[in-house]
Amino acid sequence: MSEEIIKLSAQGINLWFGNKQVLKNVSVTFPERKVTALIGPSGCGKSTLLRCFNRMHDLSPDARIEGKFMLENQDLYDKKVSVTQVRKRVGMVFQKANPFPKGIYENINYGLKINDVPSKERPGIIEQALKESYLWEEVKDDLKKPATRMSGGQQQRLCIARTVALRPEVILMDEPCSALDPISTRKVEELIVQLKEQYTIVIVTHNMQQAQRVADKTIFMYLGEVVEEGNTNDIFNNPVKELTKNYVSGHFG
Amino acid sequence: MKLAAREAIDRFVKILFRTTGLLVIGILGGIFIMLLWNTVSFFLHIKPLDFFTANQWNPGGHHASYGILPLMVSTSLVTLGAMLIAIPLGIGTAAFMSEYASKRLRNILKPMIEMLAAVPSVAIGFLGIVIVGPEIAKLTHQANGLNALNGAVLLAIMALPTIITVTEDALQALPSTYREASYSVGANRWQTLRKVIIPSAAPGIIAAIMLGVGRAIGETMTVLMATGNASAFPKGFFHSVRTITATIAIEMGEVPYQTTHYYALFAIAAVLFIITLLVNLAGEYFVNRYRKYQAA
Repeated sequence: MSEEIIKLSAQGINLWFGNKQVLKNVSVTFPERKVTALIGPSGCGKSTLLRCFNRMHDLSPDARIEGKFMLENQDLYDKKVSVTQVRKRVGMVFQKANPFPKGIYENINYGLKINDVPSKERPGIIEQALKESYLWEEVKDDLKKPATRMSGGQQQRLCIARTVALRPEVILMDEPCSALDPISTRKVEELIVQLKEQYTIVIVTHNMQQAQRVADKTIFMYLGEVVEEGNTNDIFNNPVKELTKNYVSGHFG
Repeated sequence: MKLAAREAIDRFVKILFRTTGLLVIGILGGIFIMLLWNTVSFFLHIKPLDFFTANQWNPGGHHASYGILPLMVSTSLVTLGAMLIAIPLGIGTAAFMSEYASKRLRNILKPMIEMLAAVPSVAIGFLGIVIVGPEIAKLTHQANGLNALNGAVLLAIMALPTIITVTEDALQALPSTYREASYSVGANRWQTLRKVIIPSAAPGIIAAIMLGVGRAIGETMTVLMATGNASAFPKGFFHSVRTITATIAIEMGEVPYQTTHYYALFAIAAVLFIITLLVNLAGEYFVNRYRKYQAA
């Protein structure tokens, strides 16, 4: 791999939900403007790890986190950092498309309003975001249409548009295609590959082919620990650990 | 042998509960027909136009007047006042319980609020006579506090549990993905609550309000005890009023059988019945819309 800049990193992460330890001494790095895939069997902690980076666990009172999360030189859990600022820099796309029960335009406009983007600039930004997520041509004639009446794939691309409209630096994706049909999945994957020119992307996926299609780097997790990380090609074709080999070849998980 | 017995029990139980079900429909229909029948008898004596436009309720005697208007205005005044108090408090409390309160606090608050609904209306009436009434009298420098405001405060207390519980259920029923979506674009709790959660739960909240209104309109004992029951045309919140329910409760015991006055009470009861029916239908409509929306 060529020279890479570390955009996002986690060091020595331990995370508990109540008494149950979900992440055990996890340390990972994510290179700038690359797609990194987090793979591993269900319950291995990959979504939990992902949600640490935009502090979604702040909402669960029984979560306890140890360790350091860094976005460049910024400690994401620094007491002086506001959580809304973190979430503006680190956007998130969820497993199930979750547009607001509002119109298409309003769905993107909401985040802009929340973040005090001047109202004169908003229409341009919204159009740009819809174009970047390849949704513009499909929806430009009816931007007021309720988002819930779009197809599942369109909804997920709208959620991506909503995220990119805020110009985050990192986009976290939690199994973004798990509820989509193959054609919609293909569109979202193409979009992900396009987006990495501007954004650092971390994607959790259960789909081995998807990881190979979109990711530059792959991290394999098992039972709350990082087993192996490296170049996607190496992880899938030339893994060092026996466990990784068994998982990527489909022997378990 | 055993099988035959089991099937016989099964048949019996089925017939028994079908009868109960049909009985409910029968009773509802019976009440409606009774009200309608007596109302028709009333309109044989008094013109409907007079009933709805006369501005005095003064039954019996030579100059009897059966205008429902003052009673309707009284009922509306008390209900409106109650809702002005109960809606903001109820939605606010529900939002606090659903979005801000810790699990422990919520588990204490929720049963407490539900218990408030179990307090008998007579006991709430006491509250009006002993505490709320005198306080209102003191604040407004009146001889007594038995007026529309007193009734409104008490009805608000009685409608609160319904509004809080139904609203809270509506907020809780929203998928957590809405909250996550909003937080993920950088919104804080208050923005999320105001711009995403409450609008999304609006049909459920409207249903809660409708149920609260229904509770307030039909309540009898509390307003009877707290509002003074003056039969003059109501002038405002600080004057004594006499609601439809209170009028029926006061006069039904003393009215001579099958007189115009007797029929008149049925007529105003029919009006009340229609109002509460409409309010409940509206509530039901919104609850259903809310369910459909949830499924989507």
